[in-house]
Amino acid sequence: MSVLVEAVELRKSFETVDVLKGVSFSLDKGETLVVMGGSGSGKTVLLRLIDGLSQPDAGVIRLFGQNIEHLSEEALLPIRRRLGYVFQGAALFDSLTVEENVAFPLHEHTALPDDGIHPRVVHFLSLVGLDETVLPLLPSELSGGMRKRVGIARALIGQPEVLLFDEPTAGLDPTNSKMVGELISALRSGVCDTAIVVTHDLELAKTVADRVAVLIQGRFAALGRLDDVLGSRDPAVQAFLTGEAR
Amino acid sequence: MEAALLRRMAMWYGGLGLLAAQVARSVALPRKYFALVIHEIDVMGVRSLGVAATAALFTGMVFALQSAINMARFGAENYVGPLVALAILRELGPVLTAILVGGKVASGITAELGSMKVTEQIDALRSLGVNHIKRLIVPRVLASLIVFPLLTTLADFLGVLGGMVTMGLERGADMYAYINTTTYWVVPRDFLTGIGKSVFFGVIVTLIGCYNGLTTQGGTEGLGRATTATVVQVTMSVIISDFFLTKLFLILFWPAR
Repeated sequence: MSVLVEAVELRKSFETVDVLKGVSFSLDKGETLVVMGGSGSGKTVLLRLIDGLSQPDAGVIRLFGQNIEHLSEEALLPIRRRLGYVFQGAALFDSLTVEENVAFPLHEHTALPDDGIHPRVVHFLSLVGLDETVLPLLPSELSGGMRKRVGIARALIGQPEVLLFDEPTAGLDPTNSKMVGELISALRSGVCDTAIVVTHDLELAKTVADRVAVLIQGRFAALGRLDDVLGSRDPAVQAFLTGEAR
Repeated sequence: MEAALLRRMAMWYGGLGLLAAQVARSVALPRKYFALVIHEIDVMGVRSLGVAATAALFTGMVFALQSAINMARFGAENYVGPLVALAILRELGPVLTAILVGGKVASGITAELGSMKVTEQIDALRSLGVNHIKRLIVPRVLASLIVFPLLTTLADFLGVLGGMVTMGLERGADMYAYINTTTYWVVPRDFLTGIGKSVFFGVIVTLIGCYNGLTTQGGTEGLGRATTATVVQVTMSVIISDFFLTKLFLILFWPAR
């Protein structure tokens, strides 16, 4: 197994608040790591550091064998193209239609003509369970679940090697949450087999995780296979998992 | 309190300078982004024609009216033409255009980019491996380099025309003499220094709009604050920099006076 993502002793503070106090992990090809934690625990911050959208105060981030923590924005661009980031609110471009949103990475990074891009857009939308009727719609005309799926299609169309999901089920009803969980699992067979999923949704973790990390007070209080984490004797981990953390 | 204010100011000026440097480094656009420049010329320029034209026309008219009444007291009404033309070409054309159009354009840019910032659309661009400076900022700055001098030229023409028409209709001035006096006293440098200012004003107001948009924080409330701040900062920047640009142009182009 080759290591695609590696973080060593990552630290990040905002003014006087230490959000991450030394987080380390590695992600092998073909693996899905679920990072769990309460609101404000630093899960999204961790994901942003991995994508190079923010810089750590200390520590090392290695993507595809290359250290990225000191790279310039320009140097990070080709590395980011190998990752697919699915934002919590989907972050679709609100002045573009669904078709233009999903086609955006291809227009930016390839010389494909429009008639070569259209079938790919339709294909990747079908992978996330959407048909051609959504193509001319604006993001404001979509439901929350549909926006998430369009966001996933946009992240997938560049054929990334690692997918980063930020709270993919946040704000969704149980049916849509289950659908998104099944979709993330389904993507592993042939589309993109490596992912980091940040969530506080235990059901989602049970559906998609190979390994689970629990982020509490800026550190991984537990990191391992789901059963091992569920059986952890750490009181903080148990308090989080049983919903009794304060 | 003062220390915090100074820190904020230093960060704002430093950030604006860094953005200007990033724009300078990213100014070579790929061919596919030329359409974005054209779009921005439309948004910034074509949709501001009415504002720029109306302001310039009426400023020229009222300036001529006021000047004529007061200069007649000294028997110098014949010089209203050059006075209006010099004031419009050197100062009022570029400054009024920059404040009115710049305020409108820059606040629009702040609102658009700020909205993209708070909804993570700019992060989405970056995560897709797109250089957001090249895609969002450089086209706007390049458009401003074209739009502001053109709008200023239009404002100059309409301002001078407004003054001339007012003098003809209100004061019964001889148009042949009016044009002769004006063209005798006004030289191309008067027009060109005004256009030189408009290039600088265009870049500075666009950068302020972009920077405030990119640094918007605090959701929709923060977006409102950023947009208001942009209008104030654009106005102050144009007025203050106008003094220094005037001084610079006087040193460069009128050294003997």
